[in-house]
Amino acid sequence: MEIKSMTAVELGKKIQAKEISAVEAVRASLAQIDKVEEQVHSFVTIDRAGTLQRAEEVQRQISDGTLTGPLAGVPVAVKDNMCTKGMLTTCSSKILGNFKPVFTAEAVRNLEKAGAVIIGKTNMDEFAMGSTTETSYFGVTRNPWNLEHVPGGSSGGSCAAVAAEECPYALGSDTGGSIRQPSSFCGVVGIKPTYGTVSRYGLIAYGSSLDQIGPVAKDVTDCAAILEAIASHDPKDSTSIARESYDFTGALRDDVKGMKIGIPQDYFIDGLDKEVKEHILRAAKVLEEKGAVVEEFDLSLVQYAIPAYYVIASAEASSNLARFDGVKYGYRTEEYEDLHNMYKKSRSEGFGAEVKRRIMLGSFVLSSGYYDAYYLKALRTKALIKQAFDRAFEKYDAILAPAAPTTAPRLGASLNDPLKMYLGDIYTISVNLAGLPGISIPVGTDSKGLPVGMQVIGSCFDEKKIFNIAYAYEQTGEYKRPALVQEGGRE
Amino acid sequence: MANKISDETIEYVGILAKLELSGQEKEDAKADMEKMLDYIDTLNELDTDGIEPMSHVFPVQNVFREDIVRNGDGREDTLANAPLTKDHCLKVPRTIG
Amino acid sequence: MAKQYETVIGLEVHVELATKTKIFCSCSTEFGSAPNTHTCPVCTGMPGSLPVLNKQVVEYAAAIGLATNCQITQVCKFDRKNYFYPDNPQNYQISQLYLPIARNGYVEIEVGDMKKNVRIHEMHMEEDAGKLVHDEWDDTSLIDYNRSGVPLVEIVSEPDMRSADEVIAYLEKLRTIIQYLGASDCKLQEGSMRVDVNLSVREAGTEKFGTRTETKNLNSFKAITRAIEHERERQIELLEEGKTVTQDTRRWDDNKETSYAMRSKEDAQDYRYFPEPDLVPIVISDEWIAEIKARQPEFRSGKIERYKKEFDIPQYDAEIITNSRHMADIFEKASSICGKPKKVSNWLMVETMRLLKEHGMEPEEITFSPENLAKLVMLSESGTINSSVAKEVFEKIFENNVDPDKYVEENGLKTVNDEGELQKVLEKVIAENPQAVVDYKGGKEKALGALVGQTMKAMKGKANPGMVNQKLREMLK
Repeated sequence: MEIKSMTAVELGKKIQAKEISAVEAVRASLAQIDKVEEQVHSFVTIDRAGTLQRAEEVQRQISDGTLTGPLAGVPVAVKDNMCTKGMLTTCSSKILGNFKPVFTAEAVRNLEKAGAVIIGKTNMDEFAMGSTTETSYFGVTRNPWNLEHVPGGSSGGSCAAVAAEECPYALGSDTGGSIRQPSSFCGVVGIKPTYGTVSRYGLIAYGSSLDQIGPVAKDVTDCAAILEAIASHDPKDSTSIARESYDFTGALRDDVKGMKIGIPQDYFIDGLDKEVKEHILRAAKVLEEKGAVVEEFDLSLVQYAIPAYYVIASAEASSNLARFDGVKYGYRTEEYEDLHNMYKKSRSEGFGAEVKRRIMLGSFVLSSGYYDAYYLKALRTKALIKQAFDRAFEKYDAILAPAAPTTAPRLGASLNDPLKMYLGDIYTISVNLAGLPGISIPVGTDSKGLPVGMQVIGSCFDEKKIFNIAYAYEQTGEYKRPALVQEGGRE
Repeated sequence: MANKISDETIEYVGILAKLELSGQEKEDAKADMEKMLDYIDTLNELDTDGIEPMSHVFPVQNVFREDIVRNGDGREDTLANAPLTKDHCLKVPRTIG
Repeated sequence: MAKQYETVIGLEVHVELATKTKIFCSCSTEFGSAPNTHTCPVCTGMPGSLPVLNKQVVEYAAAIGLATNCQITQVCKFDRKNYFYPDNPQNYQISQLYLPIARNGYVEIEVGDMKKNVRIHEMHMEEDAGKLVHDEWDDTSLIDYNRSGVPLVEIVSEPDMRSADEVIAYLEKLRTIIQYLGASDCKLQEGSMRVDVNLSVREAGTEKFGTRTETKNLNSFKAITRAIEHERERQIELLEEGKTVTQDTRRWDDNKETSYAMRSKEDAQDYRYFPEPDLVPIVISDEWIAEIKARQPEFRSGKIERYKKEFDIPQYDAEIITNSRHMADIFEKASSICGKPKKVSNWLMVETMRLLKEHGMEPEEITFSPENLAKLVMLSESGTINSSVAKEVFEKIFENNVDPDKYVEENGLKTVNDEGELQKVLEKVIAENPQAVVDYKGGKEKALGALVGQTMKAMKGKANPGMVNQKLREMLK
């Protein structure tokens, strides 16, 4: 097998076995980037020189036995909303177009400690606001399965890079589905962990109460191994939680006998693509055949998650993004009359349309006279949604759902109707509101040849159960690769 | 109930958010916001009486730091990305007062 | 007859807490360092940074709340206050609106013979902003974030004060309490205590409050008093002219002794508060409150009573000494070392107060140690030095905290009690001043004083004046 087609864990093993060096691993990624990046455009920044230098360093530490972990020497791409010291971190926005952080995000530092080699920063929807990676200031990312389609978003660059085999794995972030939905569109595996599992220190905030960093990879094993590396209790993040266990790979068992899995029947409604529905139900059957108990149930409140989410996320975003003002870092407009004019011009020129839309909405719902009606109402709705999930998890070990109502739409099809785009997050958003873990795994392709993703949602801190189910399902099929990476690349 | 966003409201939100919208942008913003608020208003179908607003999903509390100085001189980092500086300070157009 | 007006005043007092580090990061709070040296990603609002609360801030804030008879909010939270200003790096301030740490308290004040309670509406924790310096050269403003993130409590009173005197009494009371707690040094000049005055006027006898204004930038008690008088007059004048008072925020200009409205189209005053998602709730248990209470020092009123009873110190003296916790500490420590509280009190009441005034200093700024004061009292009491030497030595103690034992020894200031040596000097003085001797013998009592003076001078002040006096009388009999 070619290096570029290996999973992170497979590659890591070969590096430990001295069959492949860290430098060779990086060269394989860079070679693939040279080949497909022009078409896919997964990256905002590719750090060729730095990466090779780092790979040499890491290789020395592997050779002398200092670095022995499963990810040592394996290249990784990091979503461009995670701070990397001295390396451009733009959030795919003009306003941070020249920003070089002075510290590295905790999750990325954890990876570095494990010997990871950062190859570059991946494209995303500007400030993670979007579901297509089309709102990036640095141009769109294309879906490796079909270049006329979007990769999903907002972690579209990370998911496309993994699918296009530009890197064995990547980090994404998920506020309303931003790991799971593009993973589904790109046919890769991505997990949003329980809120508080991975430190947010160094993640440039969109919706602070919803944001979580998570892995994107080719299989469930990788995701579990990566999550073990990035998860930590971080005293720098007050919302970081000291978990009882950080063992996730222990859950990789091909055995779901007796596990109770619920399928919310209210998820299978209008708007869900017929082919997607069939794939999910077929996958559920597979699990049933393997001994799981699968039944339908009524989750309730499904249609209220999106409006509640847009109030909460936009409100937090309006405040989180206030710091981008042309004073301390980032873009400052050329000409201005006074301070407030400088603020307004810098921000209006520096932010794209979708970001402005959400900042405006967020400012409005928090403004005098509307706070109770909108913000508190949304927080109460969030409490009800959490209760609904709590009730469901009293009965079920996990919930099965689509990751998105459709497969990847064509480029440009989503942007002109924001509300329609928001509705695409219907299966992922409530998971963020309730702080739950959710994993998306590929369960087939539709008639257009685009991947379909299935989501397995767990109760809080129950990552092991969803890894277990996802792993067991994964054993029933092969990892499918887009044609783009197969051309002339077949062994 | 259809929400109506006036020019004044958009202007006001622009002041709060420090965003300056052009004529067309303003019209679009009004339409977008009206549509979103109508959609958000569907939350009113839900009876949330007696439900405590939930800002944090988990009951984590009392996360503290000890009062010990650990940071040294951070000036270089603080100014590293600044668009304009003078005398080791960030420089901005004159503020009032 | 002209209408009578009543002034209604409420205060917002910001106090910088005496923690070593900032409220949400481990940067030093030290005052007066080079610009932006005490900064980090958190207190400069770098993308990706997150706040972590300094526990000591909660301890101090709760202690102040308890000492001012407030109810402690046992589940309290932080909120974001959103507004754009360059001294505020995140363009929001982490503060408390919905669940502030303390509420519903009061302090008792005394003005003349009248005692009253000024109620405290609420008290909350928040972060301070950076400092803006205006650069006249190129008409810009320069930002120093050293102060950004220094912990503050804001204490909001009810509109219970009716005069500048009451305001000052309230502020002094608050300051004493906070200084006693060690929670802040409360220096108005340095800005560790900042006062915003909310003031309205109403016709005497009416119930309804008038429209209030808020005056900021008051850096001394004098400025506060003047600003209150000025604002009262300004509002009355408006009303007398049939105009209305507009509810605005005003900035006091101490040089021009006037204030002006800080109005701007861009100041919407709509802060869009919402719960800070980056910080978790603070739960203050009964046990924690009990611990904080147990650590509370004896406050001023308790000390005054005890000093009167235990040390027989007059009320007035006890009030002066306890006005500053620092001075009270010196008093108690020195007294316990030398066992002469009344003598210690005298040194503090007379010489210390005189020198403080001369140097334009506050009692909090006293640098001498109680040990050295106690030593001085003992030297003086044992007759080792006489009173004029003691005063001279005290000045040295006040200025440089010198060790009086060493100082007296090194400078040979001990009173000479050697009768033989004194005898010789006296004989010489008598021989050299025949006229004075004649005068004294002729009944002029004053002449003796002159001879005593000459003797003291000859002995460089080290003689025991009582002994000199007695000896002379004997010798001239």
